[in-house]
Amino acid sequence: MLRRLLGQVRRLVKTHSFRLASLYFVVFAVSVLGVLVFVYWTSADFVERQTQATLDAEIAGLAEQYAQRGISGLVQIVAARSAGDRGDGMLYLVTDADGHPLAGNITGWPEGTPVAAGPVAFNVQIKVKGVTQTRPAQGALIVIPDGYRLLVARDISDAALYRERIKMTLLWSGLVALVVGLIGGAVMSRNLLRRVEQVNRTAERVMGGNLSDRVPLRGSRDEFDQLAANLNNMLDQIERLMTGMREVSDNIAHDLRTPLARLRARLELSLIKAPEDGAQTEAVRAAIDEADRLLATFNALLNIAEAESGARRSAAEPLDLAQTARAAAELYEPVAEEKGCALKLDVEPGIMIRGDRHLLSQAVANLLDNALKYGGGEVLLSAHQQDGRAALEVSDTGPGIPEEEREAVFDRFVRLEPSRSTPGNGLGLSLVRAVARLHNGTVALGDNRPGLRVRLEFAAL
Amino acid sequence: MKLLVVEDDRETANYLVKGLSESGYTVDQSGDGREGLYLASSGSYDAIILDRMLPGMDGLAMLGALRAAEIGTPSLILSALGSVDDRVKGLRAGGDDYLVKPFAFSELLARVEALLRRGAAGTATTKLRIADLELDLLTRSVKRGETAIDLLPREFQLLEYLMRNAGHVVTRTMLLEHVWDYHFDPQTNVIDVHVSRLRQKIDRNFERPLIHTVRGAGYCLRAPD
Repeated sequence: MLRRLLGQVRRLVKTHSFRLASLYFVVFAVSVLGVLVFVYWTSADFVERQTQATLDAEIAGLAEQYAQRGISGLVQIVAARSAGDRGDGMLYLVTDADGHPLAGNITGWPEGTPVAAGPVAFNVQIKVKGVTQTRPAQGALIVIPDGYRLLVARDISDAALYRERIKMTLLWSGLVALVVGLIGGAVMSRNLLRRVEQVNRTAERVMGGNLSDRVPLRGSRDEFDQLAANLNNMLDQIERLMTGMREVSDNIAHDLRTPLARLRARLELSLIKAPEDGAQTEAVRAAIDEADRLLATFNALLNIAEAESGARRSAAEPLDLAQTARAAAELYEPVAEEKGCALKLDVEPGIMIRGDRHLLSQAVANLLDNALKYGGGEVLLSAHQQDGRAALEVSDTGPGIPEEEREAVFDRFVRLEPSRSTPGNGLGLSLVRAVARLHNGTVALGDNRPGLRVRLEFAAL
Repeated sequence: MKLLVVEDDRETANYLVKGLSESGYTVDQSGDGREGLYLASSGSYDAIILDRMLPGMDGLAMLGALRAAEIGTPSLILSALGSVDDRVKGLRAGGDDYLVKPFAFSELLARVEALLRRGAAGTATTKLRIADLELDLLTRSVKRGETAIDLLPREFQLLEYLMRNAGHVVTRTMLLEHVWDYHFDPQTNVIDVHVSRLRQKIDRNFERPLIHTVRGAGYCLRAPD
């Protein structure tokens, strides 16, 4: 379970769409972060500047009063402004040179605050609705001639609260934006991945021999649909070419078969009254043999065409692959003996599959024929059943087939260099493959070290 | 021996008539299913060779009508359709043998001869005897003269088929169909190897061989002249 999940994650990380989605997410996250930081700084700065402006205006007003009415005027106006809670959070204190308060709404000189002109920040005890609270304050200290001091400040707890709120709001909206970005990226990546995957799977199926498979279209006319449509057109063309080529060879075989059979018949009839021996009789017989070879090739071609077209699917019935294998081995046993090969059987009894007995027999016969003709040495025919699959293998200890040529030998008329001199038409394995495909099975060539191993696999019943 | 050929393809019909006549048969020919049925209904033929696809009346229908009228003349169906399904259908409709077009004339001749023999020979025999070769179907034993010959089951079947058709040519395809029940051409001539093995056992230690190869056709088991 966990391994499967890990595997899926690893597969996802390797994909192009995942990288694209990650890049998208990083760019998105950085820009969201930038916007949030900018919003925070500007709003926090705005509050700060507003506080400062209020303080500046207050100080300017008090300085004017002092200039006009002296210290007593200042005390008076501070006392007036300190009276009652105006709700604007302004704090005032006027003291003499020793720090004794003369007027103001702060009870005493704040602790730890140095006596020096300039900006100050301190904590102040304020009674709000009968409860004493410690609140941060910020302001300026002005030292008036004769040692008097004026402290003008503002309770900045609201501003801090506001700033805190902005911070939290931005943090949360940032988080939400990132989560949305992450989900969006993942969805985008998966959609992209799924469509690429569809194309890939179709391509694999086509390469596996199912030439009529096509990439599904969504009808959205986006780039992927266009790509799919173009690929489908390309596949149509390939299929047309391939079937065209095959049809030509099948048609030739079909159309030439009848006149060739007539030619053979005429030759045969000419022999009925001919003398048993004689050069002419011999020549006619050689011509008949040649016609027979040609007819055999045409028949093989048409057999393959028939198997490939799936026309014989209806002939499928439950059959015992083990019995088919044993019968084919029995047919070829004297051939093996004549060639000095050991033909061995390793067949598990009772391997039921659905199939066409005649086609399967022919496929196994072709494999044995090949193994004895081109392989030799020790030929082993085995059939086993495992995990719902029925497998039939024919192996020899001959020269084998180089790996790069193993796919080519399934094509029609392909004969490899060392075997060109032996009789044969290069159609045996083509039929084997057509039969395997007709039965929804597979055929694979492998190395028998030394020699060749051909493996047929079907779904067991 | 009188044969009826019902075949609409003129070329094929011509060479069938010519070949069969030259082989010593009296041949009537028709190119139409209905006419063929009318001729066959007389019951005066020893065997019928009919094409599957015919104008007027389909070959299988014609055969069905003939069998319904209880006329059991042995018949060979010719057809361009070669799949096992078609073969089974043809035999079920009352055909005695089935040959896929195009065919070799020797193949057709051998099969027609086999059909004619089937009509004549009784099936109740338990012993087949050709010259000094004797095959016992009950004990499944074979001896030549006084010498018992050991045969594998398949060799026994092969010999039985050759002996049942003694004096006549049997083709490789006929052997493959009747002895092995295979309907395809193997690439190598496996039948030749099987026959030569059988020959080793039947003919090797005896002065006069019984199994003969017929060039361009097949094999023939016959008594020495």
